[in-house]
Amino acid sequence: MINETKRGKENKLGLTLKEYKGLPSTLCNGCGHNSIANQIVQVAYELDIEQHTILRMSGIGCSSKSPAYFLGGSFGFNSLHGRMPSIATGALMGNHSLHAIGVSGDGDTGSIGLGQFKHMVRRNVRMVYVVENNGVYGLTKGQFSATADEGQVLKYAGENEFPPVDLCMEAIVAGAGFVARSFSGDAKQVRELLKAALHFNGTAVLDIISPCVAFNNADTSTKSYGYGREHEAPLHDFGWVPPAEEIELNDLEPGETRLVEMHDGSFIRLQKLEEAYDPGNKIAALSRLQTAHDNQEFITGLIYLNESRPTLAEVNRMVATPLAQLGEEVLRPSRQALAALLTEF
Amino acid sequence: MAVIENAVEATAVAQPPTDKPIINDFAIVVATANGTGSQTANMALLRAIFKMGVPVNGKNIFPSNIQGLPTWYHIRVSQDGYTARRETNELLVAFNETTIYQDVRDLPPGGLCLYNADFRSLPTRDDVTMVGIPVRPFVAESGLKGKLGDYIANMVYVGAMAYLLGVPLAKIDEALDVHFKQRRKFVDSNMAVVRAAYQWANDNIVYNSLYRVEPMAATAGKMLITGNEAAALGAVFGGVSFAAWYPITPSTSLIDALNDYLPRLRRDPETGQATYAVVQAEDELAAIGMILGAGWSGARAMTATSGPGISLMAEFAGLGYFSETPAVIWNVQRVGPSTGLPTRTGQGDVLFTYYLGHGDTLNVILFPASVAECFEFGVTAFDLADELQTPVFVLSDLDLGMNNWMTEPFAYPEQPMNRGKVVTAADLQRDGRFARYLDVDGDGIPYRTLPGNPHPLAAWFARGTGHNEHAVYSEKPQDWENNMLRLRRKFETARQLVPDPIIQEEADAAFGIIAFGTTQYAIDEARDRLAKQGVATGFMRLRGLPINDDVRAFIGRYERLYVVELNRDGQIHKILQTEAPEQAARLVSLAHMDGLPLTARWVVEAIAAQEAGRKEQTSDD
Repeated sequence: MINETKRGKENKLGLTLKEYKGLPSTLCNGCGHNSIANQIVQVAYELDIEQHTILRMSGIGCSSKSPAYFLGGSFGFNSLHGRMPSIATGALMGNHSLHAIGVSGDGDTGSIGLGQFKHMVRRNVRMVYVVENNGVYGLTKGQFSATADEGQVLKYAGENEFPPVDLCMEAIVAGAGFVARSFSGDAKQVRELLKAALHFNGTAVLDIISPCVAFNNADTSTKSYGYGREHEAPLHDFGWVPPAEEIELNDLEPGETRLVEMHDGSFIRLQKLEEAYDPGNKIAALSRLQTAHDNQEFITGLIYLNESRPTLAEVNRMVATPLAQLGEEVLRPSRQALAALLTEF
Repeated sequence: MAVIENAVEATAVAQPPTDKPIINDFAIVVATANGTGSQTANMALLRAIFKMGVPVNGKNIFPSNIQGLPTWYHIRVSQDGYTARRETNELLVAFNETTIYQDVRDLPPGGLCLYNADFRSLPTRDDVTMVGIPVRPFVAESGLKGKLGDYIANMVYVGAMAYLLGVPLAKIDEALDVHFKQRRKFVDSNMAVVRAAYQWANDNIVYNSLYRVEPMAATAGKMLITGNEAAALGAVFGGVSFAAWYPITPSTSLIDALNDYLPRLRRDPETGQATYAVVQAEDELAAIGMILGAGWSGARAMTATSGPGISLMAEFAGLGYFSETPAVIWNVQRVGPSTGLPTRTGQGDVLFTYYLGHGDTLNVILFPASVAECFEFGVTAFDLADELQTPVFVLSDLDLGMNNWMTEPFAYPEQPMNRGKVVTAADLQRDGRFARYLDVDGDGIPYRTLPGNPHPLAAWFARGTGHNEHAVYSEKPQDWENNMLRLRRKFETARQLVPDPIIQEEADAAFGIIAFGTTQYAIDEARDRLAKQGVATGFMRLRGLPINDDVRAFIGRYERLYVVELNRDGQIHKILQTEAPEQAARLVSLAHMDGLPLTARWVVEAIAAQEAGRKEQTSDD
């Protein structure tokens, strides 16, 4: 009885929030990555996710340590620097009934892994790909990453001479169907975007600005808490509505709110803050990102959405049974099949 | 102890002209320009001879380019069944004007050159018969232009050679029927040219060729297939369900073959649904990453590559070894380092692959030597990878992979698939415990659960970082050491699981020979030649690494052993010296590299030189 009262509120699976946690974080206190991990825990709990159906994937770097800190009941693979996309692709082809949450960093994705990132997006592997973007290499103590601001000065690294890689633009150009930017300090938005991303049929890219308190948190950096709090400009109020839930039309005011239906019957609810912004228009999305860059704006929200592309598993027309679960009777063709093939030589 | 007096066996060099016909024992070289479609013509000739029941082997000696540069196809006709390359080709088809001087120069006295009569100038040799064949009229007659005209031009030499060698036209027809997969339209149009050229030769060539093919019954029931096709077939019957790859010569045709067989065998014709997936990756790093991901999730996953691809896979190889993830990597070797000779053959990736990965990595390797073994190892590699939970490398080579070899039809794999120590939810329910990296059985091989296993005990976190028996991150010295020692123990278990060596021993053998892969054929022939000179030899062909007790015992039975391989530094020699240090002094390296398949002549000469040196040394003492 005492245990029951301590357990806290259970979700539909009878699990408490605590049961969705991972190991205690070894990242710095105040690291934005911890906040994102907490939101993943919260979302999985709220969505009643069975942990064994989720793969936790990562590469190398501070960000890539994150998957150890959420969904301890899930299988995970902490792979190589920049190479999480290929491991995830293979894992999800081996078992396409599973879903994956991949966590990467700006060095992991924007530098060493840019190629794998773009090719995974191109193939539209069904997974949520979170970039914990702080513009700096934390684990090696403070070098510029490819997303660092041009002209920025860091204590050891000196001045950054090069323009930043915009991972949202890279994702859109590569063919991603779900591209969002958020701020780890905006827990609610991160949560709602994660929920929608989990229900997207393809690669959902979330570029989350996640300040590094140790090496890149001066207010002059666009990846700092100060800058984020000061400058975050959401494109819309973002909400996600589960498939089973009735849409409350009385919430909506015509012309100001847009509902986008996802393939599984869930909805994304976009309440417009910018009247002209349309996340369904690829050129407009790229244009808006460029304008934001030129004006040093920090726009957040769902930047681009296109649900029409088939996933890699769909392109390959894979049977419903995961490849990993096929039995020998399926995997090994018959004696007659071999005999017939050999007549060709 | 017998010593070889005459190293160069007489038949290795061509005979001067005699009146006695030479039946079923000679070699042909066809010189063409790359990209002119000569492969169809070469295969037609090769297969027609094969269909006459005569043992034959064809080797494409080709340049690394797309079109235009010289390429040579060697056909060895051997009633004794020898398939190794010979240094001497008695018959030349000179259809490349840019190389005709060189090609004719290489003919032995008494040789025959069949050339395109349209060439502007010709080398002259009194001791070689030159036969010009007017190719242009045949092409004009066919009405085909451009590339198709080139293709047809090549069929002209098939017709003329068929006449000269005594190959019946019906056999050429049968060969083309196989080549074009019974599409008679193509067979008939090509046969029209072959027939016309045959008739022309019959009407115009007065030379009575010494070299003849006469029917035998030595190929009945056999087939001709490339190693890469055989490997792909083996993989299919080994249950491959996921392949990821990046194009690279000479491994590409292995995946091409998978892309041919898998849709036919593993796709529902009605629904179009597939029980497999093949992904062309953006590079080799992604290719191995994908197969490790798929192997981790429980699929039978493979890739095929060559040396440069293997080097790109190094970091992932270490991750695969350390995370203990099954995967199969075919390395169809070409000549390195760097781009090296990308379309030539060699065995230079052995050391690199064995230790591929930084830190203490050791990889299991299989060495197929025949197309039949390509098929067999196509199956076994998956069983071994699953059983040992580690990447398994199969080291083929260009000669085996891309050339056509005779073989008995492959036997259907009778053993059920071995999926290794996979723990299901029901097992966990029964056992009530699970530790991913615990050595339960003392063989170094732990148990694994597959992602998606719903039991609360099942989940674990794969990583390249240090971990304890529960797969939890650990930098504790003892955890690291325990884990690495267990991996070493697993490698000891692997010794007993990799295929045993093939050993052939003679009474009173003077010495032993050790080799692996396609050098076997030159060695078989060399041993026969040595035997004729009264020198008996023992032979062991390695089929895998790490070595087992059989290998050590063989080495222990000989005072000296020649380790023959196709690289500069004697790579397998080095590995054997390391793994059998007490016997290292007995091992003599005979490493050879020129990018070409090994010849018996080289083996005999290299051994003779060593033996002569030894004799000299003994008498000096």
